[in-house]
Amino acid sequence: MQPGGPGIPQCNARSPSLFTINTWLVCSLLANIFVAIIFPFCKRVPLRYQMKVKVIARNPDDYVRETKLDIQRVPRNYDPSLHPFEVSREYTRALNATKLERVFAKPFVASLDGHRDGVNCMAKHAKSLSTLLSGSCDGELKVWNLSKHECVRTLQAHEGFVRGMVVRYCGTSFFTVGDDKTIKQWKMESPGYGEEEEPINTILGKTVYTGLDHHQNDPVFATCGQQVDIWDEQRSSPIRSFTWGVDSFSSVHFNPVETELLASCASDRSIVLYDMRESTPLKKVIMTMRSNTLSWNPMEAYYFTCANEDYNLYTYDMRYLAKPIMVHMDHVSAVLDVDYAPTGKEFVSASFDKTIRIFAKDGGHSREVYHTKRMQHVICIKWSADNKYILSGSDEMNIRLWKANAAEKLGVLAPREREAANYSQKLKEKFQHHPQIRRIARHRHLPKTIYHQTKELRVMKEARRRKEKNVRKHSKPGSVPVVSEKEKHVVTVVK
Amino acid sequence: ISSRVSMQSNEGHPDVIYDDEKEEDATDDDVTVEDEDGYDERKRQKLLEAIGTLSGKRKKTLGERSEAAVHMSEFTVNVEGEGDKVDLSDLIGSMKTTPGLSGKSKKRLKNMEQSRKTIECPLSKQESERIRRDLAFQKVSKEVSHWKSVIRQNERAEQLVFPLNQEHSGPKPIERVVMDWKAQTPLEQEVFTLLSANKQPINDPILTPTEEASVKAMSLEEAKVRRAELQKARALQSYYEAKARRQRKIKSKKYHKVLNKAKSKDFQKQFDEMVKRDPAAALEELNKMEMARMQERMSLKHQNSSKWARSKAIMAKYDEGARKAIQQQLEVNKDLTQKLVTSLNKEEEETMEEEGNADVVPDFVNDAEQGLDFSNPWMTGKLSQDCVEKETSNAVTIRAEENVAEEEEVEETEEEVLLREFDNRRKRRQAQEADAPVMLMEEEEENKDASDKEEEELSEFTSLFKGLAEGCGEADTAAEQEKELKIRCQEDEELLTQGKEAEEEEATDKGPVVPQHPPATENAQKTGKSRKRRKGIELKQVLTKGAQVLQVPFAPTIEDAEDSEEKLDQRGLIKEAFAGDDIISDFLKEKRKQEDAGKPKAVDLTLPGWGEWGGGGLQPSCRKRRKFRRKMTPPTPRKDQHLPGVIISEKRSSSIRLHQVNALPFPFESPSVFENTIRSALGRTWNTERTVKKVTKPKVVTKLGAIIEPMTREELVKDKNGASAGTSSSVKRKP
Repeated sequence: MQPGGPGIPQCNARSPSLFTINTWLVCSLLANIFVAIIFPFCKRVPLRYQMKVKVIARNPDDYVRETKLDIQRVPRNYDPSLHPFEVSREYTRALNATKLERVFAKPFVASLDGHRDGVNCMAKHAKSLSTLLSGSCDGELKVWNLSKHECVRTLQAHEGFVRGMVVRYCGTSFFTVGDDKTIKQWKMESPGYGEEEEPINTILGKTVYTGLDHHQNDPVFATCGQQVDIWDEQRSSPIRSFTWGVDSFSSVHFNPVETELLASCASDRSIVLYDMRESTPLKKVIMTMRSNTLSWNPMEAYYFTCANEDYNLYTYDMRYLAKPIMVHMDHVSAVLDVDYAPTGKEFVSASFDKTIRIFAKDGGHSREVYHTKRMQHVICIKWSADNKYILSGSDEMNIRLWKANAAEKLGVLAPREREAANYSQKLKEKFQHHPQIRRIARHRHLPKTIYHQTKELRVMKEARRRKEKNVRKHSKPGSVPVVSEKEKHVVTVVK
Repeated sequence: ISSRVSMQSNEGHPDVIYDDEKEEDATDDDVTVEDEDGYDERKRQKLLEAIGTLSGKRKKTLGERSEAAVHMSEFTVNVEGEGDKVDLSDLIGSMKTTPGLSGKSKKRLKNMEQSRKTIECPLSKQESERIRRDLAFQKVSKEVSHWKSVIRQNERAEQLVFPLNQEHSGPKPIERVVMDWKAQTPLEQEVFTLLSANKQPINDPILTPTEEASVKAMSLEEAKVRRAELQKARALQSYYEAKARRQRKIKSKKYHKVLNKAKSKDFQKQFDEMVKRDPAAALEELNKMEMARMQERMSLKHQNSSKWARSKAIMAKYDEGARKAIQQQLEVNKDLTQKLVTSLNKEEEETMEEEGNADVVPDFVNDAEQGLDFSNPWMTGKLSQDCVEKETSNAVTIRAEENVAEEEEVEETEEEVLLREFDNRRKRRQAQEADAPVMLMEEEEENKDASDKEEEELSEFTSLFKGLAEGCGEADTAAEQEKELKIRCQEDEELLTQGKEAEEEEATDKGPVVPQHPPATENAQKTGKSRKRRKGIELKQVLTKGAQVLQVPFAPTIEDAEDSEEKLDQRGLIKEAFAGDDIISDFLKEKRKQEDAGKPKAVDLTLPGWGEWGGGGLQPSCRKRRKFRRKMTPPTPRKDQHLPGVIISEKRSSSIRLHQVNALPFPFESPSVFENTIRSALGRTWNTERTVKKVTKPKVVTKLGAIIEPMTREELVKDKNGASAGTSSSVKRKP
């Protein structure tokens, strides 16, 4: 502590503190006297006699809060020398934020049980966030109210599996396809008292339909089975059928942005693109293993991601099918379903390995993995339309509701809360490359089987890589080309 | 015939019956006219066949199953010309006679008749499908690519707010509120009909549709004009570039001469104008020109690049005069480039004369001093004159440290002894160089043979080195280097001696041999030069153009001294080139610095004002300061304590390293950028409220309970409009 404040003259060096107090007292007293007594008279004093006196002036607006609910106004001095060690302090804060994030990461919200067989398909309501439809392997269909965690309607839609389900864009009705070779259209609202549970429309097909999707804003839907059919809602026969060789298709999806485009996954390990307006398919890419399903990015017209049997997901640019733009690895078993977040920044995948993983659209590895002890093979997955929740339907007859951001606080945030969350988020981003923070942020507890399988896969991959390297080393230069991971999984592109 | 076949099969001929086989069997009961005709024809065919077989080998005719309908007419009449192809002419034949046909179509028909081209057969279904698919795909991918700009923009956006097309909350502009309102009373309706009839603005009272249209039209025109301008500019630029490229490629000297002349003329003109306009600037320009000219002249003079020099160089092989002239030229060049050196040489010579008794002063003194310059390892590497000098130089390198001055004095005597020895050897070797075989014999009596000598030198060197540098571990490496050098030196020496012998043979023809300079003077010259040169201007740097190296056979020089001088000059050049870097001492200094920095400093824990008076201008008492001065414990000995050639940094601490980023993370391209991002603080402790808000803005904002619809085509249209209007479309997205 330096004796005496800056700017205060020191006459007696021996007793500086005392002097300081005295000076302050005198100053403030003088000021008060001046303001109270002298100032009123000053007005009458002619200008040339006026003396300029410096007074400490404070505006109460600067420090008095408007209501008592406001927080106290704290004047701050932003002089950097007064606030040293900014990096280390922020580092500590970032570390704490990361740790707290892990502490609060409790993604599981609820489990919806009631199905009597594995959940085979789900559909989001187009207009209502709290409504979910699910179809099970015994042909039963349930409509759920998510906010109340309860089933509001049950109906026997098909004999055998409910293979596909989609809600019309207006949200007033929905379509289902099943193993009984029928397409049925149902009303969204449950039948009134005494009315029978009956579909509005039933189309009897020749073959089993395995997938279904509806156009974004036209009364047109598409089914797939032995071929891809485009149907008009008003007609009982398809307005267009696409075939390309004899194959069975496992899923078909409309592009939500360029609404006339479709893509389907076929059992010959291919993904085929269609344009509804054309009479022929557009292109197909054949991969090393079969894709189970795919999902279009709802914000970026030409990107889609497919869930493959080879444990990976592949994001393609539909214009350049020869090479996926990103390979998303982490699952240790076949990926069964994938769905994009409505923001188009992330997607979620469901796998046979009993886990759900969340990937950034341009991230090679998942940012999050969800699993519970009771959850079996996850068959279908949906990301809710408000970007907050994830819904998974699995083999053991349950539908689970997860948070999309595991540590996020649900509900309305106070402004200060929100600011704090934003700040800590930014801090985490800023220091994400620091090893300690990265370690904590990345740490996840995994089931033992998955943990060991991951390790095993890593070893296998490394061995393969080493072998390839050795082969390359001992063969003629250039004879064994380096094939990137992206190129490895595409067999060919068929025009 | 089919009928016949069936008939005959009924009769008991089960095999398929062919035309040519059945001639004899044709004598059946029901022979009809048709059959008779057929019979005749078959006969004729057979005849033809028979004629055919006469010519050579009998060709085996394949049995051919014929179609009955071809041969049989409906009316059991043989059709005429049944086997012929129908020609176009057969079809059009009747046209010619038809009167109603226009000449044009007749002509066309005729053309058709004449053209012999066949139409290509249609593609197979697969191929045509493929083509159709390909076309469709191209179309679609083109269509989809329109989204590129939107996608990119969203990727770069600092913040995205979802749902995308949100209604702006808060008060709406009056026009929008009015929009839903409808005229109800007849008066209102009348007013509105009037307004709408005149196309007056109802909602947005700024521009009428016509006005807007006119504005748009103008903008289009402007855009067109702008585009035209841009096009023109681009075209001009490309022309200019092409021209420049073309010109640069022209090899003709004459062309360039003319070009330069034109340029200079142009410049002259400008200059003249400038003289009239602004004499001061002109004067300055003139000065500049003069300076440039001078520089040019200076740099070009005696650089052996002139035509004359080149021709002489060619002639030098044959003509002695030319050789001399070139030699002179080289001499001058050398003098010019080392002007200061020569002047100093003179001084040196004078001093030498003053001293007179050069013999009194031992030679090694000079040698040792000369060594100071050789602290430079570049020098030691290049030196091919004599190894002994190098050794001394190396020895002195270490001595060059200022820090070990005390030990230096102690060792001085030892050093002297050694140096004297070295000097003796050096002298001997020089003598050897002069007349190798004879002198060697004499020397051998005194000394051992050469290899022994070398070894001795080596060991001596190492011991000396160790003694001087007290544990400077460079001795080994230096010794090795030395060894290598020595081998090289010997080779060089051999070459030199050979060359010298040859020269001397020549010289004996010409005139008397001038006695060699004593080595002492030579050394003195060297040292003098090297000392002073640092201060002098280095002409080599000033010259704009380097001297041309001419390969000229030596003129029959008489003096050996000149020769040695030349060598000297070479060394001087090297010295000059690497005058600045004294690597070893720099390294040692740096190491010393690091060692000092690593030493813990004493900490003063005195608190002023405790137990005594305090205040400005008062110092705590000495006693107190002494009392509270904490000496830190000496650090653990450095790892590089005994490794003089190594600095091992001990800054790295394992406890901190755990928290440090050890590799540059992905999106960053340079460490400095990354460090900057880390350095800038985000929190409200360091930033104002507004800054904090701005800095901590989340990348994606979603509204609670709002359904985020997929992107629609309107976004694309918006983006396009935004782009055409020159404003960013993401204004809405970045509130």
